[in-house]
Amino acid sequence: MTLQHYLVISAILFTLGIFAVLTRRNAISILMGIELILNSCNLNFAAFSRFMTPSTDISGQIIAIFGIVLAAAEAAVFLAIILAIYREFGSIRPDEVDTLKG
Amino acid sequence: MEFTLKNFIFYGFALMTVGSALLVVTVRNIVHAAFSLMVTLFGVAGLYVFLQADFLAATQVIVYVGGILVLILFGVMMTSGRLEMRIHIERGQLLLGGVVSLALLMLLLTVIANTPAWKNLTDDGTELPPTTERIGELILNGPFLLPFEVVSVLLLVALIGAALISRKEVRD
Repeated sequence: MTLQHYLVISAILFTLGIFAVLTRRNAISILMGIELILNSCNLNFAAFSRFMTPSTDISGQIIAIFGIVLAAAEAAVFLAIILAIYREFGSIRPDEVDTLKG
Repeated sequence: MEFTLKNFIFYGFALMTVGSALLVVTVRNIVHAAFSLMVTLFGVAGLYVFLQADFLAATQVIVYVGGILVLILFGVMMTSGRLEMRIHIERGQLLLGGVVSLALLMLLLTVIANTPAWKNLTDDGTELPPTTERIGELILNGPFLLPFEVVSVLLLVALIGAALISRKEVRD
């Protein structure tokens, strides 16, 4: 296994996440895309930590753990906002929530 | 390249991750997408095991599969009626988004293939000791103490904020 194996996997995950955010018209699907992006980023941190630094240095893994914590916080707030929007508009399609549009 | 058992398992995990991620972004039923996401998260945890990041792999399974995925499923149940289970996609956006993401993928792959510093870095196969103890030392008794505390406060803020935003308004 080389570093590039991991980088290619994470690049594909990142691209699929971007694709989901761009094309899906459902807020929860967009959240899933964001989770894919965060996962690819954490995978990159762990891979670079394994291949680019001496094997005793595991700072990259710790950054990835912080990334997981931030993803958890983000998902909680995201879903709370989705629930509030659903109660207000009766839908979670992002293009229907356009009250601020002139 | 030799086909050892290790390589075989690695490519199995890689295929599982990428394939299920592809399902996450293409399947029309949102519950099916959520379960594909579970497979993706397990696949990434397996890749962490190959990177000898055992604590990270366990955290991935516990927090993502046990926490975030359940949250997502609850979100689906509370906001999607029978009609909303199918994800609406517009054809024009599908085309444009596909072109943009394909271009992005090509860019990333070109960079990965052509960066000299990243070439020929192979896994030497040395087995490292378990990382949990060192991670605990670094977080609680080392350079990551301050970020750890900041992240704790952030989690508390997110918790209170989420509870506050999602509760029903009480008018008196």
